[in-house]
Amino acid sequence: MADKLILGGHEFTSRFILGSGKYSLDLINAAVHHAGAQIITLALRRANEGGVANILDYIPSGVTLLPNTSGARNAEEAVRIARLSRECGCGDFVKIEIMRDSKYLLPDNQETIRATEILAKEGFIVMPYMYPDLNVARDLAGAGAACVMPLGAPIGTNKGLTTREFIQILIDEIDLPIIVDAGIGRPSQACEAMEMGAAAVMANTAIATAGDIPAMAAAFRQAIEAGRTAYLAGLGRVRETASASSPLTGFLHD
Amino acid sequence: MNDNKTEIVSASYITAETDHMAYQPGMDDIGSEIQDEVIARMNAYDANRYTAADVQRALQRDVLQPEDFAALLSPAAAPFLEQMARRAQAETRKHFGNSVQMFTPLYIANYCENYCVYCGFNCHNKIRRAKLDAKEIERELQAIAATGLQEILLLTGESRSMSPVSYIGETARCARKYFRVIGVEIYPLNVEEYAYLHACGVDYVTVFQETYDADKYKTLHLGGHKRIFPYRLNAQERALMGGMRGVGFAALLGLSDFRRDAFATGLHAHLIQRKYPHAEIAFSCPRLRPIINNDKVGPKDVHEPQLLQVVCAYRIFMPFASITISTRERADFRDNIIGIAATKISAGVDVGIGGHSGEEKGDEQFEISDERSVEEVYDAICRHGLQPVMADYLYV
Repeated sequence: MADKLILGGHEFTSRFILGSGKYSLDLINAAVHHAGAQIITLALRRANEGGVANILDYIPSGVTLLPNTSGARNAEEAVRIARLSRECGCGDFVKIEIMRDSKYLLPDNQETIRATEILAKEGFIVMPYMYPDLNVARDLAGAGAACVMPLGAPIGTNKGLTTREFIQILIDEIDLPIIVDAGIGRPSQACEAMEMGAAAVMANTAIATAGDIPAMAAAFRQAIEAGRTAYLAGLGRVRETASASSPLTGFLHD
Repeated sequence: MNDNKTEIVSASYITAETDHMAYQPGMDDIGSEIQDEVIARMNAYDANRYTAADVQRALQRDVLQPEDFAALLSPAAAPFLEQMARRAQAETRKHFGNSVQMFTPLYIANYCENYCVYCGFNCHNKIRRAKLDAKEIERELQAIAATGLQEILLLTGESRSMSPVSYIGETARCARKYFRVIGVEIYPLNVEEYAYLHACGVDYVTVFQETYDADKYKTLHLGGHKRIFPYRLNAQERALMGGMRGVGFAALLGLSDFRRDAFATGLHAHLIQRKYPHAEIAFSCPRLRPIINNDKVGPKDVHEPQLLQVVCAYRIFMPFASITISTRERADFRDNIIGIAATKISAGVDVGIGGHSGEEKGDEQFEISDERSVEEVYDAICRHGLQPVMADYLYV
């Protein structure tokens, strides 16, 4: 059976969600191609319909748009942006980003749950960006989220899986795809997330700030595929300690 | 708008004899904890106390504290300007990628009731005064929108009687038809007035404090509402209380000790961000420019290396803040600084009244150094490998 990522009933073979911000519009096409990405995020606030430098004009056809609600400070604003996005013809997918902090751009989990509940009821395929917390992830699942998107590190930092232990708990306990979003700085970190059992990885800054954007997109693609294959193959065990020469249970055989 | 409750009386009675630290009738007094801290720490700031080691320590930190920012503004940091520029560039890329936002200012009136000795608009300077009517404003807005810009900054001279809040509000309502993002750079308002402008579509408020040195301020602002130092300093907080999304800060570098003023500006923004974490923070970095009828006004000791040091220090201290680079600076300086630290640049600028769509009917506030059109600036941004962005905001 083919290994597919399923989100809101839609099937994808790529597990690399590419961001479209922070780099030149005319590189988006090459980045998507090299990434093999089937989903691309975009900030709706950046869309300039009918105007100059409209990002929507640069996204290749056939790629699923994942508009995000960046700029929203609470659930109400996120809901309004999502509705606008649908009206603009950006489809039913929405990535909820709600930040009340302009310095670190950390997501507001409570407001994200509220927005998820409202938008899922309206038929959106809701992909919430969140701080990895098991209780919140359960609430998001209960509210109708299509997946859960925990951050690996603060947005834009390229620091990698600083929340590794907590993401692992989500992977182990939540029945939805867990997509690691934000903070992934290197292909090796994306690979590690996939080895852990993440369903997909979303990356933007790591690619946008690379010297050669299409080449870095390709490197991430390969790393994500390798990590996924390793996860499916079942990683070999890692011994925490060496085998003791005098086992504690040896007395049973004396 | 019902602003009877908060009516601020005519400015003419405020003269050089008026206590510049005393709120006048009608002005909202929201308390002064931020002002007190900014002033106290600025007064304690001795730029010559810092060493190369302090600067290096600051540059090694991931997240800087005000003391690190102070070191980056000191003379000891001058030999580290290249390192500062590199760090600033890395922070800018991390937070903004290669995006550069474009906008233009629209001056709708230049009547002014203030007497600020360094400003071309001041009420004693004999220049052509003008105010655009609703039709003229719409014509200007259409002309600017035709260039492709989606962000506009509305400016007036500081005259409550000639450019009342309702006039600015109506202009904003009209601007909403053509623009996605509207900011204002006008005289300071009360909380309710900011709430009214927000309802009219305004989201960003910039107020230049000019100088945070209250004693110097007193000698430069000899009449009008602007003389009242605390009312101006607390404008950003009132704007946020009124529901604005973002606030901009600036000292006019060169009026007083520029290092202390830059330190106070950054600290002010830092304290506002801590108190209002959702607020979007912006800096402008103006230097004094020559004005009509006064050739003594100039940037003094703030030359381009010092200006670059200040801009980089702002960026490293507050990596997430928007930084606007003024048309007061020459084109080449602007084009280079957007590759390092600035994220916002004006283009197609006309600082007179009515010049976008027809003949200018009022004089300009100062001389600009970069007269390039929107298209020329757009192309220059692209040539530097950067991405011009017309809209990065949704009014919701």
